[in-house]
Amino acid sequence: MRRSKRFAILDERPIHQDSFVHEWPEVGLIVSDGPSDPRPGLVLKEGRVVEMDGVPREQMDLLDKFIADHALDLAVAPLAMSTPSETIARMLVDVDAPRAEIVRLVAGCTAAKLVGIVGHLNVLEMMMALAKMRVRRTPANQAHVTNRKEHPALLAADAAEAALRGFAEVETTVGVARHAPLNALAILVGSQVGRPGVLTQCAVEEGVSLRLGIKGLTSYAETLSVYGTAGAFVDGDDTPWSKAFLASAYASRGIKTRFTSGTGSEALMGHSEGRSMLYLEARCLLVTRGAGSQGVQNGSISCVALPESLPGGVRVILAENLLAAMLNLEVAAGNDALASHSEMRKTAKLMCQFLPGADFVHSGFGAIPRYDNLFGGGCFDTTEYDDYYVVQRDMQVDAGIHPIREDEALAVREQGARILQDLYAQLGLPPITDDEVDASVTANDSRDMPDRDVAQDLAAADAFLRDDRTLLDVARALDAAGHAEVAGHLMELARQRALGDYLQPAAIFDEHWHVLSGINDPNDYQGPGTGYRLQGERWARVQDIPQATPPEAFLADQGEHPAQRLTELDTARRGTGSEVVIAVGPAFGQTLTATIGGLPHEAVLEALLSGIAEEGLAARIIKVHHTADCAFVGYAGAQLSGSEVAIGLQSRGTTVIHRADLAPLNNLELFPQSPNLSLASYRQIGRNAARYARGAKVQPVPVRIDNWVRLRLIVKTMLLHRRELEQVDPQRAPTELHFDWEPEA
Amino acid sequence: MSTSEGTGDQYPLGKHDDGTIRTPTGRPLKDLDLDALCAGEMGTDDLGIHADTLNRQAEIAQEAGFPQLATNLRRAAELTRVPHETVLAVYEALRPYRVTHERLLALADELEETYGAAENAALIREAAQVYQEQGLL
Repeated sequence: MRRSKRFAILDERPIHQDSFVHEWPEVGLIVSDGPSDPRPGLVLKEGRVVEMDGVPREQMDLLDKFIADHALDLAVAPLAMSTPSETIARMLVDVDAPRAEIVRLVAGCTAAKLVGIVGHLNVLEMMMALAKMRVRRTPANQAHVTNRKEHPALLAADAAEAALRGFAEVETTVGVARHAPLNALAILVGSQVGRPGVLTQCAVEEGVSLRLGIKGLTSYAETLSVYGTAGAFVDGDDTPWSKAFLASAYASRGIKTRFTSGTGSEALMGHSEGRSMLYLEARCLLVTRGAGSQGVQNGSISCVALPESLPGGVRVILAENLLAAMLNLEVAAGNDALASHSEMRKTAKLMCQFLPGADFVHSGFGAIPRYDNLFGGGCFDTTEYDDYYVVQRDMQVDAGIHPIREDEALAVREQGARILQDLYAQLGLPPITDDEVDASVTANDSRDMPDRDVAQDLAAADAFLRDDRTLLDVARALDAAGHAEVAGHLMELARQRALGDYLQPAAIFDEHWHVLSGINDPNDYQGPGTGYRLQGERWARVQDIPQATPPEAFLADQGEHPAQRLTELDTARRGTGSEVVIAVGPAFGQTLTATIGGLPHEAVLEALLSGIAEEGLAARIIKVHHTADCAFVGYAGAQLSGSEVAIGLQSRGTTVIHRADLAPLNNLELFPQSPNLSLASYRQIGRNAARYARGAKVQPVPVRIDNWVRLRLIVKTMLLHRRELEQVDPQRAPTELHFDWEPEA
Repeated sequence: MSTSEGTGDQYPLGKHDDGTIRTPTGRPLKDLDLDALCAGEMGTDDLGIHADTLNRQAEIAQEAGFPQLATNLRRAAELTRVPHETVLAVYEALRPYRVTHERLLALADELEETYGAAENAALIREAAQVYQEQGLL
């Protein structure tokens, strides 16, 4: 086959590195509507489920039993199961159907019923529904903070910066498992330095995770993975009962928990049982609810590339977020693991959660470079902050973070690392040197950090995990080291643990330790004008990107020193003979004194006049007052020109060569991209105008084409034009200008 | 506010602590500060949450329409009385293929009799039966 150059370029695009496959339902390679997915059904007898989704109790597996006995509200189940799926689907997008009523009905729905409901919705409807159904009114975000060297100073600095940027939760994990307690300690201290009230966790094996929580080094856990088939669950070395017990164990120590599930995991583990990914996820979510977890991290998570390899995959990932919200579970909505090589695809997928808002839009936005992300790379990272902020500003959407200044980042990073250094000294942990603190302040990733004695760190971590020191001892040590303020934040964390307010659904803290949860900040969206709206101080903060400038700055170099060599005379008369008229706009040389490209008006006139003189013609300059439009300025000049040829020159530099017999909006040559015009271009324009006047052959002036210029300079264009318009006097006839200039000898 | 008057009045407990909230050892939470730590009046055991507080949070969850979470928090209240190592041991026993049916029932009895953890015991007994049916012992 011959090769199309166009197809060859497409083949090189990043999207072609992503995997795409056809469906194969028997092995679970299908995202929804699998041919073997059960039909919804529920039979109750004497207040007990005897058959669910076509499975009689005696044939129920591990998950069926748990769901039947723990997850369903049997009082509402008969009504819920007999309400058509389409009716509930319509309620989800009907602003007049209260959230509470949907939550009540959904509580009685089986997995097959749940899947049937969302099956009626397209992506747009699901986004509407997610905005309405998420538990917490105020959206938030979660960050990943890890690094390959597991360097404590860098962890503390990165956690401090992440907290300052607004992440409500910060999580770390390990490369080498034994680092866990010191990694947890570093992000705990760093985050409280950056913004008090941030919750932290360290994702490690359950036993260690619980121990870290008990010591108070972490405040939440989201590593409680659940699966949609018994085979996958048991391969994961758990059962719904062990997870339910573990959830209670965490809560008994005052630790917030969130389960983890997501489409694709069962198929990946070889245990799909031929069911679609979404059906299995619905089972996961019912197990999560049945176990009493306040929430879930879902949205495919680490398996995301698998559903995304299939048709409808991204839609189904949104559907699983929505199902969790319908089940009244907090949702940390994914957008964490590497999902695509394509920036466009990655962003398009993100919009599904970003626009409606989620309890956590990401269950881990990389607040560190992808290189250092020990959670498998990370779909988003620190290089994308500014894009993210701009999209929030564009859409007036709060995805939970806000722009910060570079000096603020440097200050908070130094503070985080310095305080951890002092804490290490106080606790007798292996010293953090001044050089390490210093490197962490400006570091991008762990390659910018000095190496540490890892064996020594690990030995200290082992001992710290074993001994009985807790959050309270850390607070005391911070106080003793002279960091009373941070010590106070840690004491407040201990106090909040005793209160347990953050065990309620979708709980986070603001910077004043006010808890926001589904109890006191419930999602009250009921259509336009209701629910969470980004406005007031928060909107001001979200829109305040450092690169935005005051518009006045674009006019700073204009009009301060009016052109001295330009004098305005009487009303212009019609000329005779072979002259070229240069007609300038009403602000020329006065309130505007340079073109958009920064060329002084006097220099532009010199260039035009030199060009005309080179062709041996005389020139006359007039100022047009009745219009600021380039074409009409040129047209007015042409009417007064003895040769009938004129150059129209707007003050911002846009230029036209006009002739009296042409329609106003027609022209001989037009130069619309004024920023691309040089003095040499203007000189050539002068020459061409003179040649038109002489009736000579004319080669159009070559100009540089750069279409991006319009993007870069559109604000300045608009402001310069506005200033020219201010000088327009519709009643005033063109006037003659005298320019104090002689042609070069 | 989707909650009833009752829970709206209680929650957040941090705002409405009338001095009844206690640390796990029973000391008043309002006394938990750095001075108390330095003076040795409070210690490691004061980090955590008291069973009464968990039960109050369970009530709040129940009234606000989160019944399974409420059940979880009531089980958690029971587990505040159970030592860390026992909690970890019970979790380990509940994982697949770890122990016998009898051992699970014995653990349930121990939780109920020694710590008054009736709801946890019920969960473990239920697990024991399901595990037996499903061949997970």
